[in-house]
Amino acid sequence: MLRYVVRRILFLIPVFLGVTFCVFTLLYLTPGDPARMVLGDLATEKAVQEFRDKEGLNDPFLVQFGSYVYKAATKGDIGRSYITKRPVMEEILTAFPYTIKLSALSMLISILIGIPCGILSAIRQYSIFDVVTMIFAMIGLSMPVFWLGLLLILLFSVQLHWLPSSGFDTWQAMILPSLALSAQAISIITRMTRSSMLEVIRADYIRTARAKGQKESVVIWVHALYNALIPVVTVCGLQFGVLLAGAILTESIFAIPGIGRLMVESIKMRDYPVVQGGVLFVAITFSLVNLFVDLVYAYLDPRIKAQYK
Amino acid sequence: MNTAIEQRKKRTPLMEVLFRLKKSPLAMAGLLVVILLVVVALFANVLAPYSYSKQHLTHMFEGPSKNFLLGTDEFGRDILSRLIYGARISLMVGFIAVSIALLAGGVLGAISGYYGGWIDNAIMRVMDVLLSIPQTLLAIAIAASLGPGLFNLMIAVGVSSMPQYARIVRSSVLSIRGMEFIEAAHAVGSSDMRIIFKHILPNSMAPIIVQATLGVAFAILNAAGLSFIGLGIQPPYPEWGAMLSGGRQYIRDYPHLTLYPGLAIMITILALNFLGDGLRDALDPKLKR
Repeated sequence: MLRYVVRRILFLIPVFLGVTFCVFTLLYLTPGDPARMVLGDLATEKAVQEFRDKEGLNDPFLVQFGSYVYKAATKGDIGRSYITKRPVMEEILTAFPYTIKLSALSMLISILIGIPCGILSAIRQYSIFDVVTMIFAMIGLSMPVFWLGLLLILLFSVQLHWLPSSGFDTWQAMILPSLALSAQAISIITRMTRSSMLEVIRADYIRTARAKGQKESVVIWVHALYNALIPVVTVCGLQFGVLLAGAILTESIFAIPGIGRLMVESIKMRDYPVVQGGVLFVAITFSLVNLFVDLVYAYLDPRIKAQYK
Repeated sequence: MNTAIEQRKKRTPLMEVLFRLKKSPLAMAGLLVVILLVVVALFANVLAPYSYSKQHLTHMFEGPSKNFLLGTDEFGRDILSRLIYGARISLMVGFIAVSIALLAGGVLGAISGYYGGWIDNAIMRVMDVLLSIPQTLLAIAIAASLGPGLFNLMIAVGVSSMPQYARIVRSSVLSIRGMEFIEAAHAVGSSDMRIIFKHILPNSMAPIIVQATLGVAFAILNAAGLSFIGLGIQPPYPEWGAMLSGGRQYIRDYPHLTLYPGLAIMITILALNFLGDGLRDALDPKLKR
């Protein structure tokens, strides 16, 4: 098991480097001169040249990339914002807690609703409950998060005046954004749990459990569920990435000052170091979550553990 | 008596799939809606009562009426006409983005699966890196660096979903590569390219078709999201996500500006998802009855 953990952690290094390379290249290829962006249109050609020399913008691409990675790894320095002139890291660390809170809350809602609904749907396959759940899951899957967000605002804030339409500081304000963001994840987790459960219920060992006279509730909730949840754990991990990305849209609808809104604002202002930092941060968080999920997975599934004994 | 069996034998693979698809009412409904949308998109200029950019300045923010069936927007433009032209843009973005992803990802996946070894390793590690960035985020990053516009939007959405197709094609190629008829093709001296494109790919179409159908839905959703945050299609072009974004500030007083474009997106995605699910069942040989 320890070998597996170490291997997985070491594997993160090339992934981080690769992601950084992709994001760095994208920014490098973006038209527009960073020196001009920082200094403004009125700066003299000489000042621009001096700035380029000082910041290493005249260096070859790989040298620039190397220095970016070096600064990021040793000092946590991922550049400065063109607009606010503050370090990008600072900007991101201020915004990040909101995004994490929003995504984590949505994940929690999705798991709490999705898994029980999936299990009930599977054990009552083709019942009214199953059909209704599956229709709702399909609708949830097809609903754009930004539209659902607007509909929720329209109903609960504009018409009923129950909940605020923006911010994320009180628990009332957290309800609508987390609901809007979780709709898709709920649907996917429900569908996954249902199909995984259906597959497991037909397995021979479940028939054995029933044959030896085990209570139906124990068969379902102990024997079947444990195995059925293994693929669901993976899906939950992947969904966390979708939620992190979906948070970008959700934050801009509900005016939550998280990374998503920071990125959308930065894209509009062409403040690319911040965009770059934001993408990097979210991608790294996603990789870490996936690592965690894989470790849980290995812990749950003795077949994986056995490979690394 | 034998005619029924003979008829069944005569069915081409396509007819066989359609026959099985017909058993699922939801999938057929999805197919019908998709066909309808394609027709609307193709004949937008005939079907739309007005031009998408014609401003009726004396009829701003009107609700549904006889002249404007779904009402008008903040510039007095007919919402129905804009939705109809929007179908053209959304479907085009969906299909072209998926074609880009399928072409690039498919070729990479096929090479990877067929040759194996270090080529496979190199290609798939790059795909792994791309997969470790959430897809919507990758699309946002690409679109941000390319700048707004229809063509850039298609590239951003297409490239961001490329790794999935590479993986699917690779695994299908891997499962077929070892079969005897491929060995036979080698033995009669077929070239690698001929074997890949003539023998392997046609036999691995089923998972690719399913993924592509669901992929079009995701591409449309993704593109609408990008337009919503200002990275996609620019005004006055009537993209559904951009229409939503434009109507958003008037939601308190004129919710119909955001209601209809959202509904259009949802119906389209729902139809494609039903169709994709149905195709998955129809194409799955395990479920053959």
